[in-house]
Amino acid sequence: MSVNVLPRISSPEELESLRRDILSRRDPNRPLITVCGGTGCQTYGGSDVYQAFVQEVKKQGLEAGVGVKATGCHGFCERGVLVIIFPQDILYQRVKVEDVPEVVAETIVKGNIIDRLLYVDPATKKRHTKELDVPFYARQHRLLLEGNTRIDPTSIEDYLAIGGYAALPKALFHMKPEQIIDEVKRSGLRGRGGGGFPTGQKWQSTRKAHGDIKYVICNCDEGDPGAFMDRSLMEGNPHSALEGMIIGAFAIGSHLGYVYIRHEYPMAVENVTTAIKQAEELGLLGDNILGSGFNFRITVVRGGGAFVCGESTALMASLEGKVGEPRAKYVHTSEKGLYDRPSNLNNVETWANVPQIILKGADWFNKIGTKGSKGTKIFSLVGKVNNTGLIEVPMGMTLREIVYGIGGGIRGGKKFKAVQTGGPSGGFIPESLLDLPVDFDELTRVGSMMGSGAMIVTDENTCMVDMARYFVSFLQEESCGKCLPCREGLKRMLQILTDITKGNGRDEDIQLLERIADTLQDTSLCALGSTAANPVLTTIRYFRDEYEAHIKEKRCPAGVCKDLITYSIIDEKCPGCGLCVEPCPTKAIKFVAKRKPVILDQKLCIKCGTCYDLCKMKAIAVK
Amino acid sequence: MASKVQEIVEKYRRDKGQLVPILQDIQTEYCYLPKAALEEAAKLLDIPISRVYGVATFFKAFSLTPQGRHLVRVCLGTACQVRGAPRLLDRTAEALKLAPGETSPDMRFTLSTVNCLGCCALGPVMVVDKKYHSNPSTSELQRIVEAAK
Repeated sequence: MSVNVLPRISSPEELESLRRDILSRRDPNRPLITVCGGTGCQTYGGSDVYQAFVQEVKKQGLEAGVGVKATGCHGFCERGVLVIIFPQDILYQRVKVEDVPEVVAETIVKGNIIDRLLYVDPATKKRHTKELDVPFYARQHRLLLEGNTRIDPTSIEDYLAIGGYAALPKALFHMKPEQIIDEVKRSGLRGRGGGGFPTGQKWQSTRKAHGDIKYVICNCDEGDPGAFMDRSLMEGNPHSALEGMIIGAFAIGSHLGYVYIRHEYPMAVENVTTAIKQAEELGLLGDNILGSGFNFRITVVRGGGAFVCGESTALMASLEGKVGEPRAKYVHTSEKGLYDRPSNLNNVETWANVPQIILKGADWFNKIGTKGSKGTKIFSLVGKVNNTGLIEVPMGMTLREIVYGIGGGIRGGKKFKAVQTGGPSGGFIPESLLDLPVDFDELTRVGSMMGSGAMIVTDENTCMVDMARYFVSFLQEESCGKCLPCREGLKRMLQILTDITKGNGRDEDIQLLERIADTLQDTSLCALGSTAANPVLTTIRYFRDEYEAHIKEKRCPAGVCKDLITYSIIDEKCPGCGLCVEPCPTKAIKFVAKRKPVILDQKLCIKCGTCYDLCKMKAIAVK
Repeated sequence: MASKVQEIVEKYRRDKGQLVPILQDIQTEYCYLPKAALEEAAKLLDIPISRVYGVATFFKAFSLTPQGRHLVRVCLGTACQVRGAPRLLDRTAEALKLAPGETSPDMRFTLSTVNCLGCCALGPVMVVDKKYHSNPSTSELQRIVEAAK
């Protein structure tokens, strides 16, 4: 929390003098404990750990010399609660409330490292003390997420201290709107929300469009299941997106902006609302920003929860208080968008890239990445990898490097099967393509897409037909129902896929699925429908054998589809430990005696798989 | 009820464009969207009730039936799905004796599913009111259920 009431600033010089003042009050050598306050770490009790540090520092009489700070998401959610101690950069992981007194007494007071809390690389068995030595972080290139580990998201002083709002005066006082647009164009920045449309070009068409009133919109709806990058940026560093929006609005000629946030993200709503208030009080938002004569305001709107609102025209309809149905884009939203006025929509990550491009220049930015995709991209690396979390890597890093280098390979020594990218509209990428460099064009080429950056890793226990069914079921529920191919096509595809997973598949089903998929791609009104075929088409393309096993042999090779499998106890392997008995929800497993195998009652078994997950002896068979 | 709805609508200066936030505020107030409140909002905003109903049924955030005191949501997002969300849902349904979408007769719990809670790294996850739980076991679920009175 910022304690000081900051004065309103009316010139770039005053802003710089405030920044110098803030920095002069901060001693870089003062010990600082930062506790991750991201949603992942909160689940592990992050706020209790933070409170415990505050209390303990007070108890040991160290308040004057030691700072404690709750920050945004650090990314390495798998190892929460994460604590970093500055200035030494010591990373402690899986910190619990009980560890807090020892951390303060040993590390802060005496400077000793607590080995138990360090990260041990499972591959090399090596302990790592510093955050950046941990392989999960060492291979990343964190342009945007760096701020998350350093600042308190509710403090504008913290953002100023790491060089925030330095790009804004440069844009307002030293660049013409056309120059800003030109810089963003030359940087090669493409929209991070899914489409990958060149950002500068979008800005230019909105600028050129006729009309006095224009809008800029920040999309933080993030309906993609499996993605949480926009959430983490908005929760952890909201000012970076706001600064990008102000610069964009100046370049486009807009005076009113909207931030559209999912209602499932209460902390993001809270933090961005606080950030807007702080920026207004400081004179960085509102009338006559920094004395430049430029006026710009931002309103926060909570979304109603609809995946189709990721489609820009649907989002704008929802902003107008209407049902979030998309319309055909014969006329672009840059000409006729919100309230039929020129509107420019980008997502949080895109906006957050803008200040750095303006500050460090297009030539710096376009040296990072590949020919067609510049800069870095944040991915949520989740599913069956060892190190799950939020990562930021340069465009063009191979899938192998991401899954094995950063992700640390597959959990439990299982075999890799596929990576799903791009959310429900994306596709599955098989093992044979692991050396694919990840960028917009390469992902599209293999039948998937970048989407907003979800990367879901699956292993041998994931059934590809079931996953295709899962996505189609999700999409048919989220389809707004306006156009026929999407409304009816998805319903029929779901029927066919459900039949296959239940063992009622017919030989001609694969061909029929492909035909419906083609129709969806060619005739749907919006991107929800036209990309909805991707999960079906990629699973057929790369995992046809699994479809055939379900249809011809009535067999689910991954052991997932309930109607095609049975669980049984392998008597020779079962030590009769009874670990599976109590957790069984239907009490289908009977304990006999120690060293005697347990008995599974097939009539009671609901095939939930709880025992399979629990058994350390691999004594449960799925066939 | 009429005066409360009026207060909310006035807060948004009777702006038709703010229908979604208005309905969100009504839902926060009553934990669901009562029919009378929707009719009142339509009258005050001078829009047909059909439009209010359309918006209220389109978005996931809204419910037209009363919700239990404790909202239990199980995430069925992709990351949770591949890490066993359907099993967690089965276990939760068993523990609450409710099917997804149902509310217990004593109005204590409502069980629902959600497409993504944005903490995919810990999947499968569930939320009870505002507290997140990462893949609770059957016995942990029992404790969570008992703790919520």
